[in-house]
Amino acid sequence: MTADGGKGKRYTILPVTRVEGHGKVTIHMDDSGVVDHARLHIVEFRGFERFILGRPFWEVPVIVQRLCGICPVSHHLAAAKAMDRIVGGERLTPTAEKVRRLMHYGQIFQSHALHFFHLASPDFLFGTDGTAASAFGAPPEKRNILAVAAKFPDLAVQGVMMRKYGQEIIRRTAGKKIHGTGAVPGGVNKNLSLAERDDLLKDADRMLAWAREAVGIARDFTMEHLDELAPFGSFDSNHLSLVRESDGALDLYEGVLRAVDKDRNMILVDVNPQRYLDVLMEEVRPWSYMKFPFLKELGPEYGWYRVGPLARLNTASFIDTEEANAAHGEFRELHKDRANNVTMCYHWARMIELLHAIEKIRELLLDPDLQGRELLASGPRREEAVAVVEAPRGTLFHHYRVNRNDEVTMCNLIVSTTNNNEPMNRAVTKVAKDHFSGRKEISGKLLNCIEVAIRAYDPCLSCATHAVGEMPLDVELVDASGEVMAKMVRDAGAAGEG
Amino acid sequence: MSPKPRIATASLAGCFGCHMSVLDIDERILELATRVEFDRSPINDFKEFRDRCAVGIVEGGCCNEENVELLEKFRKQCDVLISLGDCAINGGVPAMRNNIPLRECLEQAYLKCPGTYNPLNVLPNDPEIPLLLNRVYPCHEVVKIDRFIPGCPPPADAIWAALTALLTGRSAEPVYEHLKYD
Repeated sequence: MTADGGKGKRYTILPVTRVEGHGKVTIHMDDSGVVDHARLHIVEFRGFERFILGRPFWEVPVIVQRLCGICPVSHHLAAAKAMDRIVGGERLTPTAEKVRRLMHYGQIFQSHALHFFHLASPDFLFGTDGTAASAFGAPPEKRNILAVAAKFPDLAVQGVMMRKYGQEIIRRTAGKKIHGTGAVPGGVNKNLSLAERDDLLKDADRMLAWAREAVGIARDFTMEHLDELAPFGSFDSNHLSLVRESDGALDLYEGVLRAVDKDRNMILVDVNPQRYLDVLMEEVRPWSYMKFPFLKELGPEYGWYRVGPLARLNTASFIDTEEANAAHGEFRELHKDRANNVTMCYHWARMIELLHAIEKIRELLLDPDLQGRELLASGPRREEAVAVVEAPRGTLFHHYRVNRNDEVTMCNLIVSTTNNNEPMNRAVTKVAKDHFSGRKEISGKLLNCIEVAIRAYDPCLSCATHAVGEMPLDVELVDASGEVMAKMVRDAGAAGEG
Repeated sequence: MSPKPRIATASLAGCFGCHMSVLDIDERILELATRVEFDRSPINDFKEFRDRCAVGIVEGGCCNEENVELLEKFRKQCDVLISLGDCAINGGVPAMRNNIPLRECLEQAYLKCPGTYNPLNVLPNDPEIPLLLNRVYPCHEVVKIDRFIPGCPPPADAIWAALTALLTGRSAEPVYEHLKYD
């Protein structure tokens, strides 16, 4: 059970296992073959919170974004926002704030397009025969963007070009598409030239039109299959996100923490993120490297919540861009005054945010502040800072202490996907209970159902593991005595069988 | 007609940024798809190798036993194995833990971080989660690697140039502008 520090041996004898792939699901059944619970195990650990200690604080926005190559901008900006406070420059200049927001909405746009078109669309596009268990039964050869391209070439090209557009915005504002350096403590290191702006503007209308279409695809799929989708991996839950401090609008870059319960009653009323430790805790469970956050007041059993697009559309009072706000109204119609607790509605919510992102991008590009020359703010030095942003997958917390020698002495990160840890486990359990009970064999289609439920959350397992969207999964059936009744390692041969 | 060459990719202890950079070849990915078959990769749904591959692309270093097993499998299955990006080549940012005893990293994350609720004072230790290595290893310390493409991540154009060169049998001399060591 200890690390032996090497001595020519490669392995420490710390947690023991035999897992193939990055995520793992185990399903536990009682004596009568009824599913008792299921677990999604997160099997990766990288130790950022420790090795960041002792580093100079200005390195942090560049280092920590290496947590994730899919949403690096979110980590980059969260760390930069924390370091803004450290240097006393959290009141950014208009130019700096808008350049950062542009970068952030570019990130949201590319990430949501990536998830919907490249990763999730095969679940929607290859048909269903009307039952939840078979709804996602496309053979594995079809479950990728290239198969989508073969059957729906225009749609696949749109997906690729939308992601490219978001990446291009990031490159112009952050210096490079992945792991840029645009944000620095107290501001940004460059503004946006008119030539760059014009170059980005010329494609904006086309992107807006495609985003509008994407909302339509997600909405229509959801509404047409609502009977199957509503119970699929679904359960009542709390929802948490940032909202704009002044009026509760959706705000992905800056705001206060709000949580609502399953009925949309407010249970966390617009809390300043600096106080996150007063309201949140994270439970450690021995079977996962990913912790389980919960609202302190409600405790670990009742205080867990969902984050991400579904949660944001449940917590936000409205959206401050016209078309996305209209789409939000339509989305809210489905459940009137209650929160929307349908797991598969994440996809629809995500596309509404995609539309919001491109509306914001257009608005920002037309703002002359982007060409301003005041890039940096500063003020009285602090030694501790919390920063929160809404990353594509949900609320992202960064918390640091920095000593007088500029060294980081404490770092605590709650990544977006960690916030969704309990809900993802619940979704897996729900699907397993609904579809696996009484079975001794698990078919490939059923296995894919588990992935579909997890995929709705768009888990950025890079932040915790490294797989994206399509996780290799081991599924084991374990009986009451702990004996493994059946084991199925997901592979190409097995996955296609019905 | 001879079958199309196969390409497989894997993400070990990295951040997936190198895979994102592969996707940053943008619409050229559709052209690539006409010239090759994709085998095992986290961006499709093939969990295991389907056949022998001409090219294997590996992102990330080795931080746990599962990474080592997968890398060894790639070596066996691929004619040419490419270390893509700084984590695969030198361990990258994850290797920043190499100067710190592993237990300290775990204790920091699961016992000491503010807001942690851990009444039993446990570290994750379930048999279901894999053994961590004492340090993060670059891929070439574990298996033989044939090509290295540096960068964090390498630019999409560098990946495209290397792939097209390999697929057309040209020598894959790196272009100076594509060499990034960030």
